[in-house]
Amino acid sequence: MADDKTQSAKKMDVRYVANLARLSLTDDEAVQFQGQLDHIVEYFNQLRALDVEGVEPMAHATPVQNVFREDEVRPGLDRDLVLKNAPEHSPELIMVPTIVE
Amino acid sequence: MLNTLSLQEISALLESRECRSRDVVQAVLESIGKKDGRLHGYLTVNAEDALVQAKVADEARAAGHKGQLLGVPIAIKDVLNVKGQPCTCGSKILTGYTSPYDATAIARLRAEGAVFLGRTNMDEFAMGSSTENSAYGITRNPWNPDCVPGGSSGGSAAVVAADEAIAALGSDTGGSVRQPASFCGCVGLKPTYGRISRYGLTAYASSLDQIGPMTKTVADAALLLQVMAGGDPADSSSLDMPVPDYRASLRKDLKGMTLGLPREYFVGGLHVDVERRVQEAIEVCRGLGARIVEVSLPRSREAIATYYIIAPAEASANLSRFDGVRYGFRAAGAEDPIDLYKKTRAQGFGPEVKRRIILGTYVLSSGYYDAFYLSAQKVRTLIRRDFEEAFKTCDAILSPVAPTPAYRIGENTADPLQMYLGDIFTVPVNLAGICGLSVPCGFTADKLPVGLQVVGPALGEEAILRVGHAYEQATQWHRQRPGSLS
Repeated sequence: MADDKTQSAKKMDVRYVANLARLSLTDDEAVQFQGQLDHIVEYFNQLRALDVEGVEPMAHATPVQNVFREDEVRPGLDRDLVLKNAPEHSPELIMVPTIVE
Repeated sequence: MLNTLSLQEISALLESRECRSRDVVQAVLESIGKKDGRLHGYLTVNAEDALVQAKVADEARAAGHKGQLLGVPIAIKDVLNVKGQPCTCGSKILTGYTSPYDATAIARLRAEGAVFLGRTNMDEFAMGSSTENSAYGITRNPWNPDCVPGGSSGGSAAVVAADEAIAALGSDTGGSVRQPASFCGCVGLKPTYGRISRYGLTAYASSLDQIGPMTKTVADAALLLQVMAGGDPADSSSLDMPVPDYRASLRKDLKGMTLGLPREYFVGGLHVDVERRVQEAIEVCRGLGARIVEVSLPRSREAIATYYIIAPAEASANLSRFDGVRYGFRAAGAEDPIDLYKKTRAQGFGPEVKRRIILGTYVLSSGYYDAFYLSAQKVRTLIRRDFEEAFKTCDAILSPVAPTPAYRIGENTADPLQMYLGDIFTVPVNLAGICGLSVPCGFTADKLPVGLQVVGPALGEEAILRVGHAYEQATQWHRQRPGSLS
């Protein structure tokens, strides 16, 4: 619990987290989001007051654990329709900036 | 005036050949032409295509085909894929996207003959409670154009209330069907998690998302649920359970039913008219033969914090697919793929989506996962247990849908947390994975609609539809129409 307390005292570094999420922020956004998100994260700290020791975490609402099906070849989406939605494409491929020099 | 009729009434007229689908679609298009310039419930309306679909439906009927929705125009929230139509999710990042396939729910409506006439406005990626977060402009509340319609399915609620559609679909992750239904005075149903396949519903928070009907009557919601419900191999979280005859449950009255009132929900903080209308609604249910008992949902107090950890966490993962590569908008001038992602996302997403992506990434990041995300998942278990306990002593729970009626445009935009707190009565239902219904229960002194929420256990749709329908028939609030736009 001591570790948790230290974490709650330390503020979120909005620019660092935005970079993890592959989002670039303007200076104005960084300042505005920092204030708003600090306020929200502070509100989250109410959960720390609850004793949840030994409670099973709930990841989803259905009793289903896994679903299996036969590994069969089935038609996918029409390639031309899919390519039409790509911002840049060749007749067969989606184009992106150079990945490897 | 065909546009003012309910789905059930329109179906009956079509069935008896007293009107054609073309007449219905034309009446709806006229209503859109008259009102939607001001209301802005629709992002796109394809009149020509809708009239072609109507013609096909009329010809099918003439050839002896039947369908529960044959020829009925339905508006679709811009988050659900309809083949050949745009699906922007209210975001600039999906500008120019055309759906290459039908969502399963859409395919099931199509199989019954529904006409898809347009796409309704929404908070970007369903993140918001007022439809003010759309990249394509706000939607106004048909009862008072200075007020929000609620959200995130604000467009769907507004067009149903303004008779610009016969019925609509929305999606509900933390109240996005029920709260706008409450703000606009229509019916909104969030089914049990997994009851309707999510295939083709653009994901916001996958463990919470459900598609739901937004309609003029409870019977209409039951009909749309009937058509859409059932397992789907394309969504492994869908429930492969028998679908009951929901309309049969509408024939029962409330005698023998026990309805619970959560004591934590009526302890102040409620808008005075909301509290009055809900208390009156409870008395109506008592008068109809229901037994009223008190129940306790103590962990609802932590529901907002729990929801705004879990939903953004899931959203941060789901929205990673919007990176300028495969679809929609791509930023110009990127030097490498990482730069492309960052610039595209910076230019393509609006502020609320960025906030939630950052928040979600943060609560999942190393060092914070246990403190936030894992704790929230544990509290989620406690919230579900509260409902399980409560449903041992009652068949359904009554509460307000939201603590306030529709607020003024711009009133809550500066403070995101303030906006989040308005979701207090709706998010517990999604966290527990159970079902909830919003039914009109009167008006504030300012003539803004108020909604009564009826919550049921998992797969308890029959119970909540029964309560909603009996209440609706006894009160007739649903027959009131806004006059502010005509």
